[in-house]
Amino acid sequence: MIHDCNSMELMIVLASRLLEDGKICVVGTGAPCAAGMLAQKTSAPNLVMLFEAGGVAPILPTMPISVGDSRTYYKGLAASTMADNMALMQKGMVDYCFLGGAQIDMYGNLNSTMIGKDFLHPKVRLPGSGGAGDLASLCWKIMVITPHEKRRFVPKVDFVTSPGFLDGPGARESAGLPPGTGPYKIVTNLGVLGFDPATKRMRLEQVHHGVTAAQVQENTGFELLVADPLGETLPPTADELRVLRDEVDPHKYIIGRE
Amino acid sequence: MGVAKRGLIRYAQPDGRQTRRPSWAAPRGDIQMDVIDQGKRELFMSPDMDQAREFFKLKNRALVSKVMTAKQAVERFVHDGDYVAMGGFGVVRISTPILHEIVRQGRKGLGVSGHTATHDFQILVAGECFDRCDNAYIIGLEARGVSTAARKYMESGKCRFTDWTNAGLAWRYKAAALGVPFLPGRSALGTDTFENSAIKVVEDPFTGAKVGLYPALYPDVAMIHVHEADIYGNARIRGIVVADDDLARAAKHVIVTCERLVHNDEIRREPDRTLIPYYLVDAVVEAPYGSFPGNMPYEYFSDEPHLKQWLSVEKDPAEYRRFLDEYLFGCKDHFEYVQKCGGLERMMELRRLELLIRTEPESR
Repeated sequence: MIHDCNSMELMIVLASRLLEDGKICVVGTGAPCAAGMLAQKTSAPNLVMLFEAGGVAPILPTMPISVGDSRTYYKGLAASTMADNMALMQKGMVDYCFLGGAQIDMYGNLNSTMIGKDFLHPKVRLPGSGGAGDLASLCWKIMVITPHEKRRFVPKVDFVTSPGFLDGPGARESAGLPPGTGPYKIVTNLGVLGFDPATKRMRLEQVHHGVTAAQVQENTGFELLVADPLGETLPPTADELRVLRDEVDPHKYIIGRE
Repeated sequence: MGVAKRGLIRYAQPDGRQTRRPSWAAPRGDIQMDVIDQGKRELFMSPDMDQAREFFKLKNRALVSKVMTAKQAVERFVHDGDYVAMGGFGVVRISTPILHEIVRQGRKGLGVSGHTATHDFQILVAGECFDRCDNAYIIGLEARGVSTAARKYMESGKCRFTDWTNAGLAWRYKAAALGVPFLPGRSALGTDTFENSAIKVVEDPFTGAKVGLYPALYPDVAMIHVHEADIYGNARIRGIVVADDDLARAAKHVIVTCERLVHNDEIRREPDRTLIPYYLVDAVVEAPYGSFPGNMPYEYFSDEPHLKQWLSVEKDPAEYRRFLDEYLFGCKDHFEYVQKCGGLERMMELRRLELLIRTEPESR
């Protein structure tokens, strides 16, 4: 049966299922953190959550507000440094990261720096990379949780903050980024997208219950590739929703946001 | 002249022949490292390691008391035009007394480094204290939203800026701490952040792989809030260090503010806990609740309502002015600020929040 849930809950559940047990994942605040916590409490009890400012493997008592606050290593295994955790990524030991952005394009490049074309005179200045550009450069698999809107899914991002496949096959490697890294999955309120291995272009892989490929295309500012056969999302189980609502985010900080 | 090629270096033999060997096996010779690509923005501070050595050669190593007030520390060590760097992580373990004092004393024309700079950046924006900035994350306060005042300032053209990532800035401090002119790294290559940075890309002369070079950053002044320090500046931090181990070693002057002073015997009892040794430090300011309204690990949590109020008043210029007059310009020091924000009673609440202590019965 299909349980009622909002789109934030759905995205968090799907993201949590993508995390394998025994791996290391860098998370930020918000939905990614909730996905990591949910995975720990369901399918991936030995998932290590890493925070860019130095926190290692906390047992989170509540949602952190900052990726550097004391919750990010509460009952953790280590309280380290930014350079140390970034080095772990650069050495190739970090499997996943979660990112977001104001814009994403067909190669999975993300913009969180500015809207406009002139760096020194932005139309709208956004906070910038922080560690996002590092995570996208150095972790093996990049995942994104984002609402699916035409204004976000644009043909070309105004500014590449976090590198996806840049301008296509081979571009990451020729820029000097570690080989074999790149965008992996995009979880949205409409479906789950991946990347075509040959062209490195974004590809719709599964749609949520009641959503069609045409609807997803309508909400995307560039031509999407569509997997054949196109999958359908397995809806959240009662158990996943119970753990998410009762244990991960009882105050509805994230799942109340929609 | 040798030319670097993917993993191989061609070099001239004495008889004029050219041979190729794996580059890591190449003998010493006239080999030049070529810059393949580079960011186009300004490098505000010189990465020159010998200039830095000349400075550090003369830095005082005397074991003398450096205890002073925040006001004195800023008067003495922060001058108009200086390049400053903040320890901690934006709203975590920040040196609020020094930041407020910089604004109150009307410092102008500063350079600023912000890896994740959030509320600390917001304070310096309130005084329009700086006009150049190496930034990775600014104007936002993470999950709390964006600072209107900081955004307006960064869009105003009053400030020149060069873009980096958090790792990039952490590596720049580390290079300075090591006394080398740069560290190689692989982050942000191929991005617009790279285009708007001052990173240079070269071919690694050992393997032929492309690497970015992140230039050393030696700030004039670092302000770092710590848990404990003795009067000489030997300092301890609990919780994550962020980049403060390297920052303390990179900066020419270091102002340490501490939750509490401890006796030198205590430092000597557990020397393995000293993260920042005294010879790096120029000023020691005892500042209980010094990270307020930020989080101080194991001591007190961030004051979210106060931070929210700060973000909200920024939207109305008159209200913003009144707020700053009340909480910043109108306070003679950090004690008065803390007092105005609820004093010890509020600090106790924030301590309980940090330590997850509930005094009311569980309700479910």
